[in-house]
Amino acid sequence: MTRKYQNITSKLAPVVSIFSVLLLWFALCEGEVVPAYMLPSPIAVGKAFVNDFPILMQHAAVTLQEAIYGLLLGIVLAFVIATLMDRFPFLYKAVYPLLVISQTIPTIAIAPLLVLWMGFSMAPKITLVVVTTFFPITVSLLDGYRSVDADAVSLMRSMGAKRIQIFRYIKLPGALTQFFSGLKVSASYAVVGAVISEWLGGFKGLGVYMTRVKKAYAFDKMFSVIIFISVISLLLMLLIAVIKRLCTPWERIKDERSQTE
Amino acid sequence: MGFLKTEGVTKSFGDKKVIENISIRLDEGELVSLLGVSGSGKTTLFNCISGLYKPDSGRVLLNGEDITGKPGKISYMLQKDLLLPYYTVLDNVALPLVIKGMKKKQAREKARPLFAEFGLGGTENHYPAELSGGMRQRAALLRTYLCSDGVALLDEPFSALDTITKSAIHEWYLDIMQKIKLSTLFITHDIDEAILISDRIYILSGVPGVISDEITIDEKKPRTNDFTLTPEFIAYKKRIIESLRLSQ
Ligand SMILES: Nc1ncnc2c1ncn2[C@@H]1O[C@H](COP(=O)(O)OP(=O)(O)OP(=O)(O)O)[C@@H](O)[C@H]1O
Ligand SMILES: [Mg+2]
Repeated sequence: MTRKYQNITSKLAPVVSIFSVLLLWFALCEGEVVPAYMLPSPIAVGKAFVNDFPILMQHAAVTLQEAIYGLLLGIVLAFVIATLMDRFPFLYKAVYPLLVISQTIPTIAIAPLLVLWMGFSMAPKITLVVVTTFFPITVSLLDGYRSVDADAVSLMRSMGAKRIQIFRYIKLPGALTQFFSGLKVSASYAVVGAVISEWLGGFKGLGVYMTRVKKAYAFDKMFSVIIFISVISLLLMLLIAVIKRLCTPWERIKDERSQTE
Repeated sequence: MGFLKTEGVTKSFGDKKVIENISIRLDEGELVSLLGVSGSGKTTLFNCISGLYKPDSGRVLLNGEDITGKPGKISYMLQKDLLLPYYTVLDNVALPLVIKGMKKKQAREKARPLFAEFGLGGTENHYPAELSGGMRQRAALLRTYLCSDGVALLDEPFSALDTITKSAIHEWYLDIMQKIKLSTLFITHDIDEAILISDRIYILSGVPGVISDEITIDEKKPRTNDFTLTPEFIAYKKRIIESLRLSQ
């Protein structure tokens, strides 16, 4: 009984906190603490979203495409890099600093370069998403590979396992949990990365829409697209959480255990 | 069923010689224990026998064949149960067969009938985290047995169990060993355990570790806990304690 009650409260907590923020926002606008042209009320933002809904959907389709293609390519690239780095220790030493340095370069700075190199097509946008997403996945995969119990590897060797079998049956599944936590972080970067790259050129996409409404000083539309983008990111993260659940069924037992404890 | 022999196995790590000139044998159907204090090199010897380490000198023979430094010939249960958390119990147990090249489905079918025998019926599709300590050890034993060619190395397989569970699992293990015709080389810290279940006991002691004594236990099996109260048992125990102490 108490557990059930606790469960409900823990699920209610985020709903309450989000609702409170909305309420505060609403109060700030209604009380005219902040002028309406600077901070549109939630109702105005909602209206802007509904009015522009068909256009927003068209733009979102493009942005989502860039984000997902970029994310998929990022996964492939991360997988190749992490696996090679794990297999060859000298590569690990040589490449790891490069990876870290690559992360200190601000996305916004290389976006115009990519546009110059690749034009206004989807290519520079997807590239930017790849650049921003592959790092968290690479690092989490590397950590995952390294977290594998050395004794488990010994056991496999004592069974006569070849290197590739040790990878297939021990390292890969052992790294899966960490891979997904990296992927979740990357997913949140992916949509934002795509939007940023669209700011700098292009004809379609939520980033393009954003630059247009910004020029028109349409704050309500600006707010609605910002919220829309974060909702898309959240949905993408949710999708990944669902895939993770399907791919790592053993984690469920751990979760249940920690819940009953 | 198989038999095993080591001839003058020596192993060092760097300058540190851990075991020296170890010659032991395990005959068909025997259960032989290796007793020694912590750090005396028991696991190191097992790693050499299993082929994980290549000894500096000496040979390991399985059924007369030289298998020195060749892993994959003898099944080996390491000091922890090492069930992989991301596979079901069935897939864990079937894994060595898959490694040896069997199709996954076939391997499962071969493993499945043994679950009841090992007291694991109904746990096939569970994950290791859902099993009790004793069940995990049995599952690891089942996996060890499945990939064995009649010889198994067990490194302290029952150390995590309480006394009652332990004596139940001893009885069960001796019984199953006979049924499945397995020869076992067994590491333990527990002198009583060694006397209760072994045909012979080797004492590994000193730095570097050498075989300082070999004791044959003549009492007929299965031995009940009552045996631990007899003068014979006490005599064995005394001799073992002395052998262990002598070396220090
Ligand atoms: N891979 C290794 N590299 C260096 N030294 C090692 C290695 N493996 C074991 N040793 C050393 O060899 C000695 C014997 O270790 P070993 O694990 O064989 O002991 P053990 O008899 O199995 O002990 P326990 O009963 O505690 O398991 C120890 O001093 C240990 O530090
Ligand atoms: Mg040991």
